[in-house]
Amino acid sequence: MPPLTRWMLKTSLVYLFLALLVGILQGLRPYLGAALPFFRAPEPVRVHLFVVGWLTLLIFGVVFWMFPKYSQSKPRGHEWLGWLAYGLLNAGLVLRVIGESAGQPGTFFGWLLVVSAVLQWLAALAFIANTWPRVKEK
Amino acid sequence: MMPRLTVLTLRAALLHLLTGFTLGALLLANKGVPFAPRVWGLLPPHVEFLLAGWMAQLALAVAFWILPRYPGGSRGDERPAWAAILLLNLGVLLAAAQALVAGNVFVLTGRACQLAAGSLFAVHAWGRIRPLYPMSKTG
Repeated sequence: MPPLTRWMLKTSLVYLFLALLVGILQGLRPYLGAALPFFRAPEPVRVHLFVVGWLTLLIFGVVFWMFPKYSQSKPRGHEWLGWLAYGLLNAGLVLRVIGESAGQPGTFFGWLLVVSAVLQWLAALAFIANTWPRVKEK
Repeated sequence: MMPRLTVLTLRAALLHLLTGFTLGALLLANKGVPFAPRVWGLLPPHVEFLLAGWMAQLALAVAFWILPRYPGGSRGDERPAWAAILLLNLGVLLAAAQALVAGNVFVLTGRACQLAAGSLFAVHAWGRIRPLYPMSKTG
């Protein structure tokens, strides 16, 4: 298993834990709201921790590992694109969690969401650019 | 290596990923700094492209590739799998069209296509879900 896959899979497990934890905290908010004044993560944060942080990152890692070789000299294609996708996706997701939990539209935290959107979109582009040539019959 | 159906299906899944992330980026940016209320209408297609078009399609493509083959190396009757992939993509596009067209006719038709796609793929894959070693008479 290549290092990038190990990083992606272990990070995805952290996001799975966080998604489950956020779900519990959301459920406790009506009872512990005063004790959890810092916790304001809305439902889209939990959903995207699951679907982007856990599932998408897991898929990215396994695809990078298992798909057919790009070439003999570069079996996993341009690895820097894989690392770029990993960095951009994580940065985008973390900014989303902060911006969506902390801010109001149009404020500094609102602009964090715009940056997050761009970073995650670029992560998808980097992943697709490295994966597309590895999807082949021979 | 990869069979042709898997190659085409994975490429379609990657296009759905790009489309879904593009719509998601527009939605998230609009949430942070609102610029067009109509962007919220892209939420259902965003979900459709990513859950059915990207994740489900990726799973079907990989399943067709790696599930155990029949003796002789055959993947069995491939026609239900081809039909499933065609119907899945048609279903995603129809269901996503709800952002452009009023009413839920497109959604219902798209979901019906997706149901048919799932069923047809199950017909194809059912016999391939078995031990790698030859089955005993008792199964």
